[in-house]
Amino acid sequence: MTSPTEGPGDIGAEWLRTAGPDSDVVMSSRVRLARNLAGFPFLPKASREDRRQILDIARRNVLDAALAKQVMWVDLADSPTLERQVLVERHLISRQHAKGDEPRAVAVSSPDERLAIMVNEEDHMRIQVMRSGLALSEAFDHIDSVDDSIESRLEYAFSPRFGFLTACPTNVGTGIRVSVMLHLPGLKLAGEIDKVRRAAKGMSLAVRGFYGEGSDAVGDIYQISNQTTLGRTERQVLDDFERQIIPKVIEYERHARRTLIQMRRTLVEDRTHRALGALRSARLLAADEALQLLSLVRLGLMLNLFSSDGPELADVSRLMLLTQPAHLQKAIGRTLDQAQRRIARADLVRAEIDRGRR
Amino acid sequence: MKCDHCDNEATVHEVTVEKGKKLEKHLCEHCAQEQGLAVKSHTSINALLTKYVMSSASSQQEAVRVCCEGCGMDYAEFRQHGLLGCPECYSSFEEQIGPLLERAHEGGTHHIGKTPRRSGGSVDRQHMLAGLRRQLSEAVAAEHYERAAELRDAMRSMGHEQDAGDDDGGVGRARARSEDDA
Repeated sequence: MTSPTEGPGDIGAEWLRTAGPDSDVVMSSRVRLARNLAGFPFLPKASREDRRQILDIARRNVLDAALAKQVMWVDLADSPTLERQVLVERHLISRQHAKGDEPRAVAVSSPDERLAIMVNEEDHMRIQVMRSGLALSEAFDHIDSVDDSIESRLEYAFSPRFGFLTACPTNVGTGIRVSVMLHLPGLKLAGEIDKVRRAAKGMSLAVRGFYGEGSDAVGDIYQISNQTTLGRTERQVLDDFERQIIPKVIEYERHARRTLIQMRRTLVEDRTHRALGALRSARLLAADEALQLLSLVRLGLMLNLFSSDGPELADVSRLMLLTQPAHLQKAIGRTLDQAQRRIARADLVRAEIDRGRR
Repeated sequence: MKCDHCDNEATVHEVTVEKGKKLEKHLCEHCAQEQGLAVKSHTSINALLTKYVMSSASSQQEAVRVCCEGCGMDYAEFRQHGLLGCPECYSSFEEQIGPLLERAHEGGTHHIGKTPRRSGGSVDRQHMLAGLRRQLSEAVAAEHYERAAELRDAMRSMGHEQDAGDDDGGVGRARARSEDDA
């Protein structure tokens, strides 16, 4: 495979810039569709030979469909653990998809990485499109045309009553999962994050951490996604998110930030400047700590607290990814144990945090 | 810590306060059971769930015996893992998963939204295709290539072209053979 990271300077993926509409709060938008091929068992009952055939069919048709200028196909069973971990950190495959030796793959549009198609994960195909900032309609239009293009070549398992059939009944129907990655340090500092969690739960939405199911909200980064896929159209789910749910959360977060600045400016200045100071001078950094500090610096940038002394947003966003364990080891060019990684991470952050200012 | 009554390791500890006096009991599982202090043994969540599923409604008792013709999965197996075995499971377990879907999808019972453009999507047709594919795999495994070619033609005639290609192993070989024969 061509390497997704060619060095610390280039992160390639367009959506990872965390810029774009409403990017003070919304880091990225994602839409995914779950699809299965007609005539094959779902993966829990699929033999190795079934999986191999599904993989062959998917590869041939996905590559033939010319879904992007360049599509990179990665056979995961053959790729090294570190490479798979890099894909997980880039949100191109799930943690579950990174494990095991069964025939499975991911197709990724290169170099923008906006489109990724996981083959033989929980369903035969999981198509996802990512965008920087709040851009769900754009992401949906893109994925819809990709889906049409694939569907013109092969037959999906579908029933008029239940819609697109999926291994897990919680995805059946449209098979759509709309999710938005949010940066909510204001609500966190104001102690109001649980209100958002409760409100989301009341609306049947899932709230998760940076790395999806079961992960903590490190760096005050949260993902909100829909859970209902049957009995509502794709557009209804999307509209709810774009017109109601996400604008509400954005409004709460902005309000929390304004209130913090009005009432507790010194506290916020202290937290954000300390974080920047720590990143510029630390000699040992754990991954979660780095993400938490970068999150505070991102907040400081959004609130214009650094005057001319602050780093560039692009460098902060880039480091949120490059400080992750697999990316760090890839940048260094060899595997490191945890203690070595802390040293390397601190070195990398000191070297890169002010790159844009030089 | 040793059991108050025997030499076994104490695993059940009870502390009661009576008239300001603290009374402690340390017992092994066996002695605790004899004194009526402990439940029989550790019961896994799965076992509890299975028990619940088996005992809830009588229709569900029947449900655990329902098997999917497409993949052989039975309903209890689905309840245990939460994943279905094949597209046919949706018709095989339609009665059982209907209420479950309704709960999971805020009352949603029927699909609305995108439908595939191709003429497909008929459940019977897709089930027939699945059956043909199973027979095709068996025919290829048994090296009955003529039979495999017939089955492949039958799938083709149903407008199912997705696995036409050169590198699909035994299935492709079956097709090549049929062309040679022709």
